[in-house]
Amino acid sequence: MSVDDRFVRDFREGQEEPLGTRSEIITGPVSDWASDFSHLEPEWAADPYPIQDELRARCPIAHTERFGGGWLPTRYEDVAAIAYDTEHFSSRAIIMSNYRPPRDIAPVGAVPPISSDPPFHHDARKLLLPAFTKKEVAKREEAARAFCHSLIDGFEGAEIVDAARDYAQHIPMRVISDMLGFPPEDGPRFREFVEHALEGVNLPPEQRVANMGELFDYLLEQIRDHVASPRDDLTTYLIEAELYGRKLEPSHVAGTMALLLIAGIDTTWSAIGASLWHLAKTPADRERLVAEPGLLPTAMEEFLRAYAPVTMARLVKEDIHWRGADMKADDWVLVSFPAANRDPAQFDRADEVIIDREINRHAAFGLGIHRCVGSHLARMELRVALEVWLERVPVFGLADPSAVTWAPGQVRGPRTLPLRIG
Amino acid sequence: MKVQIDPARCQGHGRCYDLSPDLFTEDDEGYGQVVGDGVVPPGGERAARVAVSNCPEKAIVLVEEA
Repeated sequence: MSVDDRFVRDFREGQEEPLGTRSEIITGPVSDWASDFSHLEPEWAADPYPIQDELRARCPIAHTERFGGGWLPTRYEDVAAIAYDTEHFSSRAIIMSNYRPPRDIAPVGAVPPISSDPPFHHDARKLLLPAFTKKEVAKREEAARAFCHSLIDGFEGAEIVDAARDYAQHIPMRVISDMLGFPPEDGPRFREFVEHALEGVNLPPEQRVANMGELFDYLLEQIRDHVASPRDDLTTYLIEAELYGRKLEPSHVAGTMALLLIAGIDTTWSAIGASLWHLAKTPADRERLVAEPGLLPTAMEEFLRAYAPVTMARLVKEDIHWRGADMKADDWVLVSFPAANRDPAQFDRADEVIIDREINRHAAFGLGIHRCVGSHLARMELRVALEVWLERVPVFGLADPSAVTWAPGQVRGPRTLPLRIG
Repeated sequence: MKVQIDPARCQGHGRCYDLSPDLFTEDDEGYGQVVGDGVVPPGGERAARVAVSNCPEKAIVLVEEA
């Protein structure tokens, strides 16, 4: 057996700086949401739903010149159609920003398989699926539950706690760092990586490149440590994995790890936080779930529908006249699962949160070939986090509604959530 | 009544085996599978309909037998 020397050299060395295209950074108040939308502005972060509802009734596909040009469909039907149409819409970039990677980065993309297009996508995704089945993630439930209890033990004596900072964020961080085999004490660094990747979209390009560089420096450090001492975790699994009869490219190993780390954390953190926020401001729902814990799996799906954290992006492959929109090659399309989930054409009483909603064909985890690979893990974490919270802290409310803050960008959830628990 | 999963549509969301575990299960990659031959036992009609109406990909087919 030959020594695995793929990671001795930094795989980024000698690589040419990818060409791609940069666009002008445009920030500041939105003049008209139909022609100038931006999901990075505070108004959107604070409450995007009235904006989406208005656009759905008015447009229904909004446009912006920001980010070098992009579109925002708001009807379920349109969001679904784009998610299914990999012929006209590419995943080679999935975070709408002021940088478009070069076309030849497809079909792999920087963070496979989320950034991959068919046919490569299928094979890269297949490598991950067995580790993320419901049966497989169930093995982590006991540890997740114990960890949630330990976080609540830490509230001892406090009257007000920050449920986003002191509870929600830690749960997915701990679970994914265990799965990847990263030191649990590196949590604060993960938070930085997440904020850089998803919220730092309008930072100067040099800053974004430096930020991503830090993430990949960290990952390379972890990979080298695992090459030296392999163990039973996803990092070693990816180092050993083979595709088409050979081990993965170093950039594929690191890219997939980056994806699992970033996408594994802030999404679930957001879902847990948004659910607790809803329950804190809706005593009737909170009391009912405390009294009927068996309803939680159903209620949780409704929280996922109404407060779906994740929006994805695509790039238009070639100029196309699409359902009334003149889309140009390389325009962005924001695939808003949150907007789709509140379309009254798809859901009865779409704007209401109905915790015993029986028919709930929501799209919080996406639709089509890119269905969130971690959806079973996310559901387990969300259920356990809410079960433990409601068991231990059955009475709580918003300590100061105006102090609640929400992350802007494509993953939206509470980042500050002061709750009165005493 | 019989349930079937269209494998071309199923993406492994797992709503069917979450909601109606007597009728559906998962394969090694998380895709839904019908249990046995998919025949819905007496009293299982509701569970079958719940699974159908919650599948995000509309991948489950109900075959009403004559």
